[in-house]
Amino acid sequence: MFSMCLKSSPTMKTILSTSNLTIGYKSKKATVTIAENLNLNLDSGKLISLIGANGIGKSTLLRTITGIQHPLGGNVFLNDKNIAAYNPLDLAQNLSLVLTEKLPPSNLSVFELVALGRQPYTNWIGTLTPEDIEKVQEAMALTQIEHLAQKRHFEISDGQLQKVLIARALAQDTPLIILDEPTTHLDLLHKVSLFKLLKKLTQETQKCILFSTHDIDLAIQLSDEMIIMTPEFVVQDEPCNLISKGSFETLFKDEHIVFDAEKGKFVIT
Amino acid sequence: MANKKRNTILFIVLGLGLLLMFFASLSLGSVNIPFRDVYASLTGGQASKSTWEYIIINYRLPKAITAILVGTGLSISGLLMQTLFRNPLAGPYVLGLSSGASLGVAFVILGAGFLPSFLKVIALSSYGIVLASTIGSTLVLLLVLVVSQRLRDTMAILIVGLMFGSFTTAIVSVLTYFSTAEQLQKFTFWSLGNLGNLSWKSITVLSASVFFGLVLSAGSIKPLNALLVGENYARSMGLNLRKARLIIIFATSILAGSITAFAGPIAFIGLAVPHIAKLTFQTSNHMILFWSTLLFGAIIVLFCDIVSQMPGFDVTLPINAITSIIGAPVVIWLLIRKRNFQ
Repeated sequence: MFSMCLKSSPTMKTILSTSNLTIGYKSKKATVTIAENLNLNLDSGKLISLIGANGIGKSTLLRTITGIQHPLGGNVFLNDKNIAAYNPLDLAQNLSLVLTEKLPPSNLSVFELVALGRQPYTNWIGTLTPEDIEKVQEAMALTQIEHLAQKRHFEISDGQLQKVLIARALAQDTPLIILDEPTTHLDLLHKVSLFKLLKKLTQETQKCILFSTHDIDLAIQLSDEMIIMTPEFVVQDEPCNLISKGSFETLFKDEHIVFDAEKGKFVIT
Repeated sequence: MANKKRNTILFIVLGLGLLLMFFASLSLGSVNIPFRDVYASLTGGQASKSTWEYIIINYRLPKAITAILVGTGLSISGLLMQTLFRNPLAGPYVLGLSSGASLGVAFVILGAGFLPSFLKVIALSSYGIVLASTIGSTLVLLLVLVVSQRLRDTMAILIVGLMFGSFTTAIVSVLTYFSTAEQLQKFTFWSLGNLGNLSWKSITVLSASVFFGLVLSAGSIKPLNALLVGENYARSMGLNLRKARLIIIFATSILAGSITAFAGPIAFIGLAVPHIAKLTFQTSNHMILFWSTLLFGAIIVLFCDIVSQMPGFDVTLPINAITSIIGAPVVIWLLIRKRNFQ
């Protein structure tokens, strides 16, 4: 059985919100709209997962709310300021990313990689002050990767690398961290430990963490809130409310995949 | 911090090595001049023979300085390109920048016959050649950049660089068909690479361009480090990607362009030296790589220059032959050890 719906704490603060956001992309010939009138709220201290079938537009949504892509309509507000009005440096101090892309070949050590997260704060040549080093060590302690500090980034396992990349985002010291499919390539054990790590981070640091994932069962059990994307609608709520509303049933257009509301997971018929 | 200590020692060794190479290049050559006399001529004292003093001040010192400028400039431009293109095989020669510069120079030297006489004088002056060469290399770099935006594939970019090389060679051979023996000779000598025949005035111009390029590169150390994790991460860490890329490209073009203009297209230094620095210091941190590449570049080109003068012999080999003999095996060795290709 999955956890019960909990009352949200009153101290939370909205970090990112969208108002009547329309996402999609423009090509030379046509404008393709993926979703319209999105009103999402990302609050501090919450672990929020974004789910949806392949090709539904999760990446477009993430690209839009991170300011990489312009919305077709509506606005994205980060700390009450329109994200389009941020300069790159200010944005980097408020929003950090963990991407799916492979790192280019380099000799970077784990410590150096995490320390790159301090770039928005360092001087023109990138000197680390004692405060920077402290933040880096703090990030490495939270993700329990201190023992890897002197290893090269290509010498560690996928699971460890994912933690290192999260540590880099933590070192960037932003109220919001967005991860794009952080659990791909990981086995069940490492998926669970990564989800738990994210959960722990939101609780201990009061950051908001948004991540996209295909591991819906795990996301239902561990997320505070979920954003579901289907061709018809985009909805944000707590997992138990989404289950009782039956939002999961329409996630996949396949009669053989059925959502079992009792168990809180998908079953194959 | 055992690494820090190791790096400090390495830097001291490299610094001493540079000093040693500098004096060796002044001392060695068709006439060997003792260190004591080299020192005396440099500090304004009296060398044992006045001809020695003349050789050092008017011939070897400009050459050694040119070697240092060429070594530092080309190596740093290679380092910048390797990080910018995320491609360990990038370098001014491999990506066709030198070919572009050659083409520019070929146009002014070989094509000068087609110009009206007042433009001909301008074109053939050393400024005209520098300008043509810088424009040529910048154009090729921009082309490579456009291609690299479309082709993410490392090898494809290299093949494109190779094609630029063939293309320029073809154009140059067409131009030679229409040019006089004198023009042809001038171009051929330029294309063999030469550190030796720069006047003090040319050295001043070259020093200024290299210095400017190096300052821009030093200012790019932080963006270069950000680029080590890819452009998207770099942007998410507050890097103004467009601006950083522009500065890096400009620095590379000015370094490779001005050096190629004065010393000819010099092979492999830009590709091989950054790798030697990376292997020695075992790091990707540009804060360290910048200085180590600088030192290694100067040392290696000075060394190549000493070899090309063949101490004790009367002949001087073209510098390009020496850098290729040393550089080509390094590249092959790097390819074979591809696993460690950082």
